Amino acid sequence: MTTTDNAHDIFADEDAYAAERETTEGKVYTVTGGDWDELVAAVDPVNDERLIVNLGPQHPSTHGVLRLVCELEGETVRSLRPVVGYLHTGIEKNLEYRTWTQGCTFVTRADYLAPIFNETGYCLAVEKLLGVTVPERADVIRVIMMELNRISSHLVALATTGMELGALSMMIYGFRDREKVLDIFEAVSGLRMNMAYVRPGGVAQDLPAEAVTMIREFLDYMPKGLDDYEGLLTGNPIWQERTQGVGYLDVSGCLALGVTGPVLRSAGLGWDLRKTEPYCGYEDYDFDVPTHTGADAWARYLLRLEEIRESLKIIKQGLAKLEPGPVMVEDKKIAWPAQLALGADGMGNSLNHIRHIMSQSMEALIHHFKLVTEGFRVPAGQVYTAIEAPRGELGIHAVSDGGTRPFRIHMREPSFVNLQAIPAVSEGGLLADVIAGGASLDPVMGGCDR
Amino acid sequence: MSGEMQPVGQEAQGLFGVSGSGDTSGFGGLVRANPTAGELVSTPEPLGGYFDEVLAAVRETHGPEVTRAVVLDRGELTIYIAPDRTAEVCRTMRDDESLRFELCNSVSGVDYPDQTNRLHVVYHLTSMTYRRRVRLETAVSLDSPVVASVTEVYPTADWQEREVYDMFGVRFDGHPHLTRILMPDDWEGHPQRKDYPLGGIPVEYKGAHIPPPNERRAYR
Repeated sequence: MTTTDNAHDIFADEDAYAAERETTEGKVYTVTGGDWDELVAAVDPVNDERLIVNLGPQHPSTHGVLRLVCELEGETVRSLRPVVGYLHTGIEKNLEYRTWTQGCTFVTRADYLAPIFNETGYCLAVEKLLGVTVPERADVIRVIMMELNRISSHLVALATTGMELGALSMMIYGFRDREKVLDIFEAVSGLRMNMAYVRPGGVAQDLPAEAVTMIREFLDYMPKGLDDYEGLLTGNPIWQERTQGVGYLDVSGCLALGVTGPVLRSAGLGWDLRKTEPYCGYEDYDFDVPTHTGADAWARYLLRLEEIRESLKIIKQGLAKLEPGPVMVEDKKIAWPAQLALGADGMGNSLNHIRHIMSQSMEALIHHFKLVTEGFRVPAGQVYTAIEAPRGELGIHAVSDGGTRPFRIHMREPSFVNLQAIPAVSEGGLLADVIAGGASLDPVMGGCDR
Repeated sequence: MSGEMQPVGQEAQGLFGVSGSGDTSGFGGLVRANPTAGELVSTPEPLGGYFDEVLAAVRETHGPEVTRAVVLDRGELTIYIAPDRTAEVCRTMRDDESLRFELCNSVSGVDYPDQTNRLHVVYHLTSMTYRRRVRLETAVSLDSPVVASVTEVYPTADWQEREVYDMFGVRFDGHPHLTRILMPDDWEGHPQRKDYPLGGIPVEYKGAHIPPPNERRAYR
């Protein structure tokens, strides 16, 4: 890898090494003549040497178990090969061995920072196959939960980007405020992550009154938090230097590479499925789709902050839309029979339901047993549903053969598709900017590898 | 939901996964149609909406025989094409002014073990200009699982075709570097095929043995 061969060429007609002679004090070298600059230029490790540097998969700055094989020329990245698959857990294969309802508990674990999106995307696909529409209250709850989840996901994106660029305070702020969202999730579903809260036909249980209070408090709190981040980062010259002009990817690059979500919008194309192909009643909400034209890490940072503000607007409208009503389809052949309730010992089947099936109605017990063990049948066919996840288009390609289990589920994961762009945003730049550019794509390896 | 387009082919017997045992339930005698086994039946045209326009534009460039079957189901259009024509059809889909499908959202595989051409590759395309979606589908057999790669047209298909190769063993002709992506490089077999076992180990809990998920008694 070194250039000693060149050095020999230059000094071929003379001795490249200093003359030496033995004395009583030992060996003595005599350096005479020769141009130092010439010597240095001939043996130039910075400009001539290409180094292969392996980054990850266990590296705190690669945003999860992502491996990047970089070919460096000095500090410049000449080529970059992302290697994925370290977190492959076979979610799509496993789904084929469970009922359609059990599928929720698997898909929610794919992109672990956006569990509600995975569940909603999957449930919309199942509902489209079934041909059912969910009650309005369930739609509103889904929207509120999705937007809360978008905020928590964007907060992690800001926090980890901050951490990876050395702004550790941002990491602490981001995770601190995400904790408030997770507390709301816990009050609503009993779980902080991987909740399997959204189910085919609606949601697992109704929004408790205390959760609404918590959401309102969060709506009051969060704008101040956003002001804090902006105060900390936006005017910070180091932050600007590290992100401005870094990780550039324009609209045509995004479309060729299939990149959607904040990265596409940061390049100037306001493509947001909530607006272009509304689902879950998004057409009834008043919100903007922020865009930027920078197409760099800086634009994506600003965009995520603005998206959080838009999400807060949507949640506020969602709370106003909450009308009492069912949160699951009325068809008892689809609706999960267990009525969950929060008891003294945590979330579980409601005591009224247990009493009903165990001591009042044999038929209710049979129905409960059949639906839980066998599940419901879904008419044969295939559908593709797409929703706007925090990282871009999350598509679910669901195929049914008419049975009680999915025949095939494919998740079009935005992290997987967007990661293909990491060579495009990094090659030709500096090694340090690989981290900034990669972080601005915000990949989540759980989703990427599934 | 038009019922007539769903093919009816082979039949399956039994329920609960019971076979060969002393089944006293009677469910073992049930006979069910297997809707994924038979030949496809096209939806009669015209289909309405933008679907006819898309079909006309594709047929104008590539001839009427390019669409082997056209299925409209649940408001989604599926165009079945030959495996060696995916790349040229995708190029038309992207470049034709009346089509303009700029974005290839997803490439996924499906294995229908009862069909001769059992490995299907499904492309989901979106036209941002016209706000349209369409699905292209092609099928190959295990003997010659070769599909023309669309990476030249849609670079985003690169990793997704690698995933289909990894999981189903479909080879994409013209792909720049078709290697495994999710599974290790030295993995044997293609895990998403239906004859590839899920695997897993039995679990013992308080004396009771629970078999791995693919060996449990199941409702089929």
